Amino acid sequence: MNMMSEAAVEKALDQKMTTVPYKMIGKDVSVYYGDKRALFDVNLNVRENTVTALIGPSGCGKSTFLRTLNRMNDTIDNCRVTGKITLDDGDIYDAKIDVVELRARVGMVFQKPNPFPKSIYENVTYGPKIHGLARAKAELDQIVEQSLQKAGLWNEVKDRLHEPGTGLSGGQQQRLCIARAVAVSPEVILMDEPCSALDPIATAKVEELIHELRTNFTIVIVTHSMQQAARVSQRTAMFHLGNLVEENDTDKMFTNPDDQRTQDYIMGRFG
Amino acid sequence: MNTSLIFLIVLIIGLAAYFVARSRAVTSANGKLSVLHSLPGYHGTYAAIWATLPALVVLGVWLIASPMLIEKTIRAELPETVTSQGSAPTELALGQVISVANGLRLLSDDELATVTSGSATLRETLAAKGVPMASEAATYLLASAQDYNALKDTSQLAMAAVVIILSIAGAVFALRGISAPFRARNRVEQVILGALLLASSIAILTTVGIIGSMLSEAIRFFQSVSPSTFFFGTVWDPRFAAAGSGGSEGQFGLLPLLAGTLYIAFVAMLFAVPVGLFAAIYMAEYARPSVRSIAKPLLEILAGIPTIVYGFFALITVGPFLRDVSAQLNGLVTGNYVNFIQAQSVLTAGIVMGIMLIPFVSSLSDDIITQVPRSLRDGSLGLGATRSETIKKVVLPAALPGIVGALLLTASRAVGETMIVVLAAGVAARMQLNPFEAMTTVTVKIVNQLTGDLEFNSPQTLVAFALGITLFAITLCLNIYALYIVRKYREQYE
Amino acid sequence: MTEITASAPATFTRPAQARRDIGIKKRYRAERRFRAYGMAAILTGLFFLFVLLWTVISNGYTAFLQTTITLPIEFSEQVIDPKNERADNPAKLMTANYPLLVRDALIKALNIDPSNRALVKQATDMVSASARTQLRDIVVNNQSVIGTTQNVALLAEGNIDSANKGQIDLNVAEANRKVKDTQLGWMKTLTETGAMTKNFNTGLFTFGASSRPEAAGIGVAAVGSLYMMLIVLVLSLPIGVCASIYLEEFAPKNKLTDLIEVNINNLAAVPSIVYGLLGLAVFINFAGMPRSAALVGGLVLTLMTLPTIIIATRAALKAVPPSIRSAALGLGASKMQTIFHHVLPLAMPGVLTGTIIGLAHALGETAPLLLIGMVAFVVDYPGSPMEPSTALPVQIYMWANEAERAFVERTSGAIMILLVFLVLMNLGAILLRRRFERRW
Repeated sequence: MNMMSEAAVEKALDQKMTTVPYKMIGKDVSVYYGDKRALFDVNLNVRENTVTALIGPSGCGKSTFLRTLNRMNDTIDNCRVTGKITLDDGDIYDAKIDVVELRARVGMVFQKPNPFPKSIYENVTYGPKIHGLARAKAELDQIVEQSLQKAGLWNEVKDRLHEPGTGLSGGQQQRLCIARAVAVSPEVILMDEPCSALDPIATAKVEELIHELRTNFTIVIVTHSMQQAARVSQRTAMFHLGNLVEENDTDKMFTNPDDQRTQDYIMGRFG
Repeated sequence: MNTSLIFLIVLIIGLAAYFVARSRAVTSANGKLSVLHSLPGYHGTYAAIWATLPALVVLGVWLIASPMLIEKTIRAELPETVTSQGSAPTELALGQVISVANGLRLLSDDELATVTSGSATLRETLAAKGVPMASEAATYLLASAQDYNALKDTSQLAMAAVVIILSIAGAVFALRGISAPFRARNRVEQVILGALLLASSIAILTTVGIIGSMLSEAIRFFQSVSPSTFFFGTVWDPRFAAAGSGGSEGQFGLLPLLAGTLYIAFVAMLFAVPVGLFAAIYMAEYARPSVRSIAKPLLEILAGIPTIVYGFFALITVGPFLRDVSAQLNGLVTGNYVNFIQAQSVLTAGIVMGIMLIPFVSSLSDDIITQVPRSLRDGSLGLGATRSETIKKVVLPAALPGIVGALLLTASRAVGETMIVVLAAGVAARMQLNPFEAMTTVTVKIVNQLTGDLEFNSPQTLVAFALGITLFAITLCLNIYALYIVRKYREQYE
Repeated sequence: MTEITASAPATFTRPAQARRDIGIKKRYRAERRFRAYGMAAILTGLFFLFVLLWTVISNGYTAFLQTTITLPIEFSEQVIDPKNERADNPAKLMTANYPLLVRDALIKALNIDPSNRALVKQATDMVSASARTQLRDIVVNNQSVIGTTQNVALLAEGNIDSANKGQIDLNVAEANRKVKDTQLGWMKTLTETGAMTKNFNTGLFTFGASSRPEAAGIGVAAVGSLYMMLIVLVLSLPIGVCASIYLEEFAPKNKLTDLIEVNINNLAAVPSIVYGLLGLAVFINFAGMPRSAALVGGLVLTLMTLPTIIIATRAALKAVPPSIRSAALGLGASKMQTIFHHVLPLAMPGVLTGTIIGLAHALGETAPLLLIGMVAFVVDYPGSPMEPSTALPVQIYMWANEAERAFVERTSGAIMILLVFLVLMNLGAILLRRRFERRW
């Protein structure tokens, strides 16, 4: 019940959800792996400075959709995407659009923490360095501090910035990955089940972080946990068998969903 | 009774024991096979093992030990005039005794009588039978030869008796033990386990054999040439002496050979590492599956081609090509059409060896690179890095230890490579830095010193073993260190 | 949802913002460069593969043809057996003056003045010296030919053969040329009359070593290689499989097993020439086995191949899932039965693939064989593995050291044959893997 009241507070904060402009628009998005179709004409829009949660039973296509948003699917052989996805006004699958530039604007955090086998400092500066966002050491230092602070990790690691990132605990590693993504200053951050490999305490920290990041970034998060979706998101989209079943304000979705299947899923009838 | 007949008899006893034991097992079960602990076949095998294994072991030991013992007896019989001259003439006399003894076997009784009575010379009689002798036999020779034959006959007979009795005894022992609750299978399996253990000990024995044999021969070499002049000598000039003259002083400096070996290996790596590494990167990170499935096996063909073919390639194509190109270049620049690259040179050998090494570098590195987890690549790509940035800044640093291991293994192969350098590097042992000149390697000299007719006591041949153990030591260090690194690397991502 | 997009389109999205400059162009240039390096590396490798094969094939395909000169040979009794002794002493036929028969036939066929010795010498030089043994064998096998005239196809001498294949540079001054102008003229005549022909070179497959290229072949060496391969197969497969089973299934995990493991991996990377030294010291010097024998070669190659087979077999055993083992053990089979009845048969394709690859490697191995005396001039087929023999790659090595053009051709031809064997073996391994590969 505590949960509900918090959602209610969210709702109050986000009055006029519908007036918030769209950051990304997905229109008739279909994805094929070879001959197998994984997504069926999904139409889903992502609002600016909002946390959008994608939920659904496993294999429902939620991760696949997430990965179309920064074209990570390009790295999978024989994967094909049809339909149209725009970021602000630009079609991200347009031939003129550069995938590197796109990913610098739409960052990603993965299911399993995947820090590079380098120092914490180098992990965070990796993005800024390749994109040439900072040249001087002082600038980089500043980015590292800000990013780690945004990721809530600064106090824990500030004395050991030059130790390997792989030496951190699982939750710290995931927050380091978030800091790494934040350091590039993207506009959108995609998170693919970021807490699935973490213990409950680490999960709570990351969720809190997501909450705070919303002020600066648009966030799309895939989660298998409905409680998590309820806790962190303002909008929720429910996928089933490659179809988008319903998209709605989160509190509406969890109290009074429009679709029978959503209700069944939320009530735990399948999944 | 000759050895193969004894062997056959033992096998027949074994076979018989098998069937008898089987039927005894069946009988002892009284028609209810389920009361047997082990299947009848195991009882049979158990008996067959008892019938054959001890007997054959004794047979083997006997075959190895008896010639040694007989030769020792004969050696003791040789007159003092021979034995006092040292070991080489003694061995020569022993050899003569044995060849005469074998020759005597060919003679009929009558011929033997004429020889022993002295009415015909041994040399002529044997020559007629196709056994040549260098000179007329010394008097002791005939007696010793006859002794030798007599000893051999006795030994053979005793061996036959002991082996066959042992075989029968083994069979009887096994058959007496057979009963329904007898655990024949466990016993048989123990023997099989022993055989498996024996097979795997061959790997250890090989290493022991390599080290032991080379060390003992090398020590003989170091008795005539001091280790310091070998390991630190800068001149290689072994002066092949005519067989038997002995005592010729040669210089056996390892350093020029080692310099050539390392130089050629270095040139080869200089060529193979960038090509192989970039090929591996392209294969692992860029190539479409269809391209990969064609290009990878094609490149691996290079690894399957015997090195003698590379040597031939160097000899008739690469060497002459480099020589002619250098002459043309020289002509264009100076007007003097003289080649500055020799057909046999460090460069020729290095390039061709490099070609041979490309697939080693590429397939080892390919394995290593593909082991870098996908999540690291995704992490980097997800931040907006290009593929090459991901490879250079994330994948390669992560794979570095493994790649270093792979390169060390490749270097070990380059150092030990023989046929390419034999045909392409030349035989001149020089210490110099010009890659266009010929240099020679440790392996070339091992081949040089050991081909043709040789005498095993001269430093000229024994030096090959000193070179061999040096080569073995170098590659052993490289291999062990490389294998250690690669193993650590694998464990990291498993 | 769709109606939201439809009813409130672009107003809900912000206009595209000014982009940050993240050096895209430069970075993509670097990307393309890097990619090009990779492509170039692969092409370099393939280029050398191509050049290598091209060298071998372009030099070698002509080795499969051999020029012969068919002459009507008059087996004159006057020359072969002037005193008519052959009934009493057949050995006389072995030493008769057969080259004279060839000489006479050539004089007749080419219309040469018999008193012009230089010319006659040039003519007889066109026929291989092996004609002597060829004619001898004809006569010894069938004495009734004496007194008759038979058409006999004689091998042309190596240089004539090369000239006939157009491999000799005719722009070189005659004095420096191995084939003289008169001989070229005769070759033309003989070709026009149909006496000189190029036929499939069966001799390449059947002859043994020879200092004359036209009479040299790989037959004897191939038999030596065959013996060695059989020995390697018979010894290394069972020993390798037994050793792998012990190490993979029974060995306790301790320091000793670790040592054996490191040891085997090291043995797989020990230079092959070291095995040759081992064979020389242990098998020949210590155990007193004969030099140059295929037996010793086979043993040396066995030791060399074992690590490869053990590594492949262990990988194959490891790939059999534990569930199979549990199933058999659960039915009451002993561990030994489980392994020999279930695990090993399932691992067999992998084992055989590894064995074939090991054998292919052993077939092409040269260096260790040089040290155990297999660099031998062997003319006759070895009757057993104890007799002196040589091997295919060693034969190639010996020919590669010969300078004559005809030997270059034969070396390449022999390499082609060796490569065909290797390709066949590897294809067999690939097919085996494709056919039986299981994915658990």
